[in-house]
Amino acid sequence: MNEPNPTREIEFEVNGTTFRRAVEPRRLLSDFLRHDLGLTGTHVGCEHGVCGACTILLDGQAIRSCLLFAVQIDGAHLTTVEGMTPEPAAPMHPLQQAFQRHHGLQCGFCTPGFLMTLLPFLEENPDPTEDEVRHAISGNLCRCTGYQHIVDAVLGWARERAAAAAEGEGREPTP
Amino acid sequence: MKPAPFDYFAPNSLEEALEQLQAAGWDGKVLAGGQSLVPVMNFRLAQPGVLVDLNRIPGLDGIEVDPAGNLRLGAMVRHARLEKDPTVARVAPLLTAAVPWIAHPQIRNRGTLGGSLAHADPAAELPAVMVALRARFRLRSAHGDRWVDADDFFVGLFATALEPGEILVEVLVPAASPGDRVAFLEVARRSGDYALVGVATTLRLEAERLVDLRHVLFSIGDRPHEAHAAADCIGQQPTPELIEQFSLAVGREIEPADDIHASADYRRHLAAVLTRRALTQALRSGGAA
Repeated sequence: MNEPNPTREIEFEVNGTTFRRAVEPRRLLSDFLRHDLGLTGTHVGCEHGVCGACTILLDGQAIRSCLLFAVQIDGAHLTTVEGMTPEPAAPMHPLQQAFQRHHGLQCGFCTPGFLMTLLPFLEENPDPTEDEVRHAISGNLCRCTGYQHIVDAVLGWARERAAAAAEGEGREPTP
Repeated sequence: MKPAPFDYFAPNSLEEALEQLQAAGWDGKVLAGGQSLVPVMNFRLAQPGVLVDLNRIPGLDGIEVDPAGNLRLGAMVRHARLEKDPTVARVAPLLTAAVPWIAHPQIRNRGTLGGSLAHADPAAELPAVMVALRARFRLRSAHGDRWVDADDFFVGLFATALEPGEILVEVLVPAASPGDRVAFLEVARRSGDYALVGVATTLRLEAERLVDLRHVLFSIGDRPHEAHAAADCIGQQPTPELIEQFSLAVGREIEPADDIHASADYRRHLAAVLTRRALTQALRSGGAA
């Protein structure tokens, strides 16, 4: 039982970069991202799928990286919170800016998980209601904000984006 | 966090998977979505020596209607797909009603139908739905296939009719009859938590009288419980008085246990309240065309 476990070769993409690594099968994807790839933007909270801090995108879908083994991602495309601002000097993603503006974080521990949950949600639901936003983030725990400012940030960004799109098409933005 | 070491196989065919599982015997475990298995492995409550991952096997995630009108669902269909699939909504509306209650969006993106059923958590939604819908499960081993009724499949706490070396590969849900009305409700302490009590109901009226009533409760024992009291309602008009009587009878016939989440009395109370609400809601829904 305690003899060293043989590793497996896997090849996958994270934020557009292809990696090839050897992993022990029991290595959790969350630990793999942080310890093996040094992508510490993905946070680790409960490690049993309840808190949502480790949420990342697997082939475009939000999943818990603590409930997947790294060995399972062979051939997959991952996006982590680092992928939202590919260049360190570039401005933050507009959703990140909205979190900043609306005080959608205090300690920031849960924020990467919220952002990764919300990106695909807002792709599918560009104009969500408050109720839909609250359901979308129901699997992410935040102990600082009481969620109100996170909801404000999401609705705020959705409105701004719609207004910008309307302006781009030469129409008056909706008030 | 580190689960105990295990051997990992990710076969490309069901035949290989069955061989590997057979070879592993009691030490082998099937990995589907992993949304229940991986947490218990993280806590080392489960320490399987061999994991056989089904995620690379093609053909296990079909959603089809067979010539007889039954819904045929592959075991690896993920919850998020069940939730949005128009065929599922048409043929098995109770299933569509239940899926949004399962955990959270991120879990539904990964968790699978077959995984939930094989895990057989008594507080989970899908086992109760399958009992209410008279679903049948196809279990495959190296020796061939066998079909097991949902009601016979769930034998106890996290226990099923699956033998070592067997994999649940397909779920057959008989088509809803025209006019079937459904409701699914549960009460949980927090959104997405396992239910303290939940109910899955399907009923049908003819000439304003109940000709079919299947009412299944979950999280009140070691497996889904179909209300015996439903038999007394058949042939009767679903008046508020009858619904009230039935709800109280349901509260009396179950034998829930006390635990840290709720007392047995509270569970009986919830069972009666949810039963009343579910029947009222189903009757209001008007039924499929």
